[in-house]
Amino acid sequence: MEITLRALITLIHGMLFGAFFLMAIYGLVVELFRSAHVEQPSQLTTKGYSRERLYLICMVGLGWAAVLTGAYFIYPWYRAVPPAGVTDLALYPRFLLKSTAVTSGWHDLGMEWKEHIAWIAPIAMTMVAYILTKYRLSMREHPQVRTAVLVFALVAFAAAGVAGFFGAMLNKYAPINGGPTIHLRGKNQ
Amino acid sequence: MSHLQPPREERTTAQGGEHLANGPAGAAILSAGAGCSVLGILAVLADASKPMARGLTFYLPTGPLSGVSSMAILFWLVTWFILARRWRTKAIAIAKVNAIAFLLLALGILLTFPPFADFLQGK
Repeated sequence: MEITLRALITLIHGMLFGAFFLMAIYGLVVELFRSAHVEQPSQLTTKGYSRERLYLICMVGLGWAAVLTGAYFIYPWYRAVPPAGVTDLALYPRFLLKSTAVTSGWHDLGMEWKEHIAWIAPIAMTMVAYILTKYRLSMREHPQVRTAVLVFALVAFAAAGVAGFFGAMLNKYAPINGGPTIHLRGKNQ
Repeated sequence: MSHLQPPREERTTAQGGEHLANGPAGAAILSAGAGCSVLGILAVLADASKPMARGLTFYLPTGPLSGVSSMAILFWLVTWFILARRWRTKAIAIAKVNAIAFLLLALGILLTFPPFADFLQGK
């Protein structure tokens, strides 16, 4: 049982940072909808507020970690140019996808969209986290601010979802591989 | 102790029974929308123009995406900083700010969508 370093980092990018970011946004959206329809706003204890703030900080951190690892670790491996004469494109995912008409759409639509729309999610959620922290005690007095927060959170959820979906599909048709092999279990070959 | 207290408008309902101005929220909302739109605009420009793509290549292995994302983030943060300072204690027309921010956000999303970006470039 082994995994390459590049595959491991891709796993951390998608399954840890990306997936948990998506789940955190979902949780926040549910809470925003719930809190918009309560008769009595819940009053958290000091500890409750500090844990709520920790949740928001972790959510934003996951979002930025996802886009930064994606852009500065995985994307360079994805777009690496094969040297002249190389016919096995397994280590050059972009060129592997573009080598056939059947798979080129995963790059032309999937990666081209994912690489840009993904950045909208952490920008939006940083703003959302800031407002929820600053206006935590007075959000009910600002219904239009709450609406904006909800809209941006929903858009961030959709953007992270698009990025996650295409990330999974791209890694299915042209997995990121290469680098040192890490043996997780069993004998070294 | 008075110098340690936040400005009148900054006090929250629970802290002082007073209203927290919506200016800081408006600054955050509008700047986020503006940052997203700049991201989309730069993405299209980098795709349409080779000199622009070269200029936005801040980190060669990542290509133009490094400059597109960095410049959008820089624009977002600078805009946020400036608006937050100007609107720190102000009550602003939040409905207008929301409408502009939503338009900018929609523009950003639309411009990152490859078929639309290709359509704009006549591809």
